[in-house]
Amino acid sequence: MMSELLDRLVRDFGVTDITERPPAITTLKVSKENGERLIRELRDREGFTHLNFIACTDWIEDGIFRLIYMLHNYDSKQNLGVHIDIKRDHAEMTSIHTLWAQAWTYQRELREMYGIHFPGSPRLEEDFCLEGWDAMPPMRRDFDTAKYSAERFGHREGRVSLVPRDHMKVQLYPNRGGDES
Amino acid sequence: MKKTPSTLSTLENAGLSAEDQLLFSNARPRPYEPYPIKAIEDFANWARANSLWILAFGTGCCSIELRPLMTARFDASRFGVAGRPTPRQSSVFIIGGYVSVKTLKRIVRSYEQMQGPKFIIALGSCPANGGMYFDSYNTINQFDLYLPVDLYVTGCMPRPEALLGAILELQDDIKAGKCDGANRYIEHFDEYKANQKKVIKDWNMPDYNW
Repeated sequence: MMSELLDRLVRDFGVTDITERPPAITTLKVSKENGERLIRELRDREGFTHLNFIACTDWIEDGIFRLIYMLHNYDSKQNLGVHIDIKRDHAEMTSIHTLWAQAWTYQRELREMYGIHFPGSPRLEEDFCLEGWDAMPPMRRDFDTAKYSAERFGHREGRVSLVPRDHMKVQLYPNRGGDES
Repeated sequence: MKKTPSTLSTLENAGLSAEDQLLFSNARPRPYEPYPIKAIEDFANWARANSLWILAFGTGCCSIELRPLMTARFDASRFGVAGRPTPRQSSVFIIGGYVSVKTLKRIVRSYEQMQGPKFIIALGSCPANGGMYFDSYNTINQFDLYLPVDLYVTGCMPRPEALLGAILELQDDIKAGKCDGANRYIEHFDEYKANQKKVIKDWNMPDYNW
């Protein structure tokens, strides 16, 4: 049944990169233009009535964000992950809050953490986790969190970080200066 | 006699709209002055030390340790410790672990609403120096920049025994009259407030939450 569905999706929506991950996850990739249409079709016709989550991965080397919409079918117990690549600069994606009301919470989070815009999504510009954030969205990989933390919050004098391996060598072999041989 | 080193006699409350400024007090907090007779102050301190009421506000993962503290095994009520649901009734604020910027705003707001005398115990390594979240974009690294800390408990995370030890030590300090964190906060109010406003960017509450 699943392979029939996948064949049809390839024909109608041009999905690519179909990967079966047993026992119950299948992922596929679709273009940004067909994304919302495909998800709507899966929800209305194919029984994938539940949205598990929307996630995002920052593929900075390829210059893309990969959005992952994980859908669930209660009848066949199948999970279907829809991967959609969007450009990193001026990232924008069609909102699916009309399909699932809970999607706008995910989209709000994605806007805050990655700076992806979802036109029409309710309360998108409101703060979600970060209040009064004034820097680059923090989950982007070019955001330097250690530098930001040092500038904004400072560091207390006297803090040391020990590499466990080297530290334990000195602890175990104090007479040999940490040389285990 | 302690004095407030300030340039302005009232607070600006610049974070509030003109409409809201009429609704909130702009008075400066005043430091606590001990009784002139030492015996009475000592008696008051003894009473304070034996009725430490903890604000039930878990700010991070270390506050998990507050639950066993109150139950039968460790039973902190032996020492007069009780949990309170509101800052207006509590005298001890236990900072339970890491403090995110969003939480810091609520902590400041709760702490200022507590009635004096009030004490802060900072639990775990995160309030001391950032702990394992030292490079996080959203957690502060030195809690005592923002609020005065009376006692630190180190560990990641400290066991309830350590917390009990801290409570006993806090009691001794209070009896000896050494816990003056709340006064320190008021004397250096402008510095603390400047530090708080440096990290809390959307300051939309009064400068002092009476």
